[in-house]
Amino acid sequence: MAPLATRPAPSEQAQPRSSGVPVVEFDDVSKVYPGGHVGLERVSVKIGRGEFVFLVGPTGCGKSTCIRLLMKELEATAGDILISGHSLPEMPRRKVPRLRRNIGVVFQDYKLLPNRTVYANVAYALEVIGENRQSIRRKVPDILRLVGLSTKLHNYPDELSGGEQQRVSIARAFVNHPPLLLCDEPTGNLDPETSIGIMQLIYRINRTGTTVVVATHDKEMVDKMRRRVIELREGRVIRDQQSGLYRPDESTSEFAVRLRGELGIGVEGHPN
Amino acid sequence: MRLGFFFKEALRALSRSAAPSLAALLTILLTALVLGIFIPIVQATTGTANEVRNRVVVDVFLKSGATKQEIEDTRGALLTSPNVEKVDFISKAQALAKERKRNKEAYELLGTNPLPDSFRVTPEDPGEVNAIVDRLAPRNPEGARKPTLASVDEVRNREEETDKILNATSLVKGVTAGLALLLVLCSVALIANTIRLSIYSRRREVEVMKLVGATNWFIRWPFMIEGVIVGLFAGVLAILLLTIAKATVVDPLADRFALLAAPDTIDFPLLALLLLVCCVLVSALGSGLTLRRFLKV
Repeated sequence: MAPLATRPAPSEQAQPRSSGVPVVEFDDVSKVYPGGHVGLERVSVKIGRGEFVFLVGPTGCGKSTCIRLLMKELEATAGDILISGHSLPEMPRRKVPRLRRNIGVVFQDYKLLPNRTVYANVAYALEVIGENRQSIRRKVPDILRLVGLSTKLHNYPDELSGGEQQRVSIARAFVNHPPLLLCDEPTGNLDPETSIGIMQLIYRINRTGTTVVVATHDKEMVDKMRRRVIELREGRVIRDQQSGLYRPDESTSEFAVRLRGELGIGVEGHPN
Repeated sequence: MRLGFFFKEALRALSRSAAPSLAALLTILLTALVLGIFIPIVQATTGTANEVRNRVVVDVFLKSGATKQEIEDTRGALLTSPNVEKVDFISKAQALAKERKRNKEAYELLGTNPLPDSFRVTPEDPGEVNAIVDRLAPRNPEGARKPTLASVDEVRNREEETDKILNATSLVKGVTAGLALLLVLCSVALIANTIRLSIYSRRREVEVMKLVGATNWFIRWPFMIEGVIVGLFAGVLAILLLTIAKATVVDPLADRFALLAAPDTIDFPLLALLLLVCCVLVSALGSGLTLRRFLKV
């Protein structure tokens, strides 16, 4: 793969919390869905420029809610969400497209446009921002080469494997070099081997200076990557740790207790 | 440059997901056909009904021996009274000639002309004809009519016949108006539903476009252009079929059926233009409006 040399890569040990305005800031955010289900409860988190953050936790803990709030696909019930200092709740609807152009998103189900070739899918993200045809013709093959799909330019998404589709979706998310990349279970549908390739790609994007937030329940990946981990449970942040594990320091016997506890067999032995 | 891009997007959508667009095209085509046939029929029917209603007249018979001056005065009085469209003078001689045609032998036997001079009054609004009669010859308390004008002998409007004509024609007009309304409602509902289905099948695509930061109009334009293309195709096809039907079926029969040759039906070119414009507008606006609910991401 070609090197991602479009931006000077900051040092890997950047101290994100001290570098000016945070890229993402949740300030006491709650989200209650119509019907009363609580998605997020009083979450306050800051993510600095260039950080790589895992959002972890079981299904329904609020990971996707976070991502969708950041896209302004959902509105927070209470609290303030800021992206590079701009408040999302105060943002008028007509400015939402511009917000989204500055956020790359990768989904578990890829969300590619089925009627377009790989090339056209990636090009669409540039057409949306009014990029001229010449620069589209230059940029799209470049980014597709970067994700390793230079031979599949004219295939349609249903002719690709899951891993390849996810690569297209990453290419689309990153083709206009957004400062923030959100990934909602990017490896959720993929086998471990393919997952590593995808994570590598996301990591390389992070190395160009892009802030990356990955919501995942891929334990293995989180443990191996050792980045900042924010753990959510029932809508609340229960852990925010630099270089964390998916689940910190749990011995086999502790796991056994938890397993029995969650199955409702043993004594009340819940470590959390 | 932008327009070219939107146009290309529309064509891409048409060629890649042809089935829903084809369904929309077929629906619009059929609706246009039905409307194209129905509009002239409605017009011919109401036209004929109106023509029949125009046969409603009031006859004003003058006293025998009325002088020329009296005749002119009466004409003036009739013309100035309200709801009168036309006043025709029928002289004794004209009346005789007319009646003789109907029953030659009887008048031949008669020898002299017993018919009076008369005026035939055509009302502006046939529905209000009885008011004219009442004004020209109000009923006295015993129920007999007494003409107000001195030289008028009698005012008559063939009451029974008039009532029948008025009732029948207003029924016909009411029914055709109801049918037309129903048909238009059906057409709108049918087209709206087909377009909604066609767009519904692509709602995920719209969602993805929104998520990568497309503005509403950036998404909407290709859909509307697609709507214009579909509407245009359907309209042209409908007009083509109508032209063929008109040339092969209606025109040869026009001499035999009064209804088909009714004078005040819409001209075919105008009808064609109207249908085409409607097809395109309905299709494009339908697409644009239906899309609205899917743009709320």
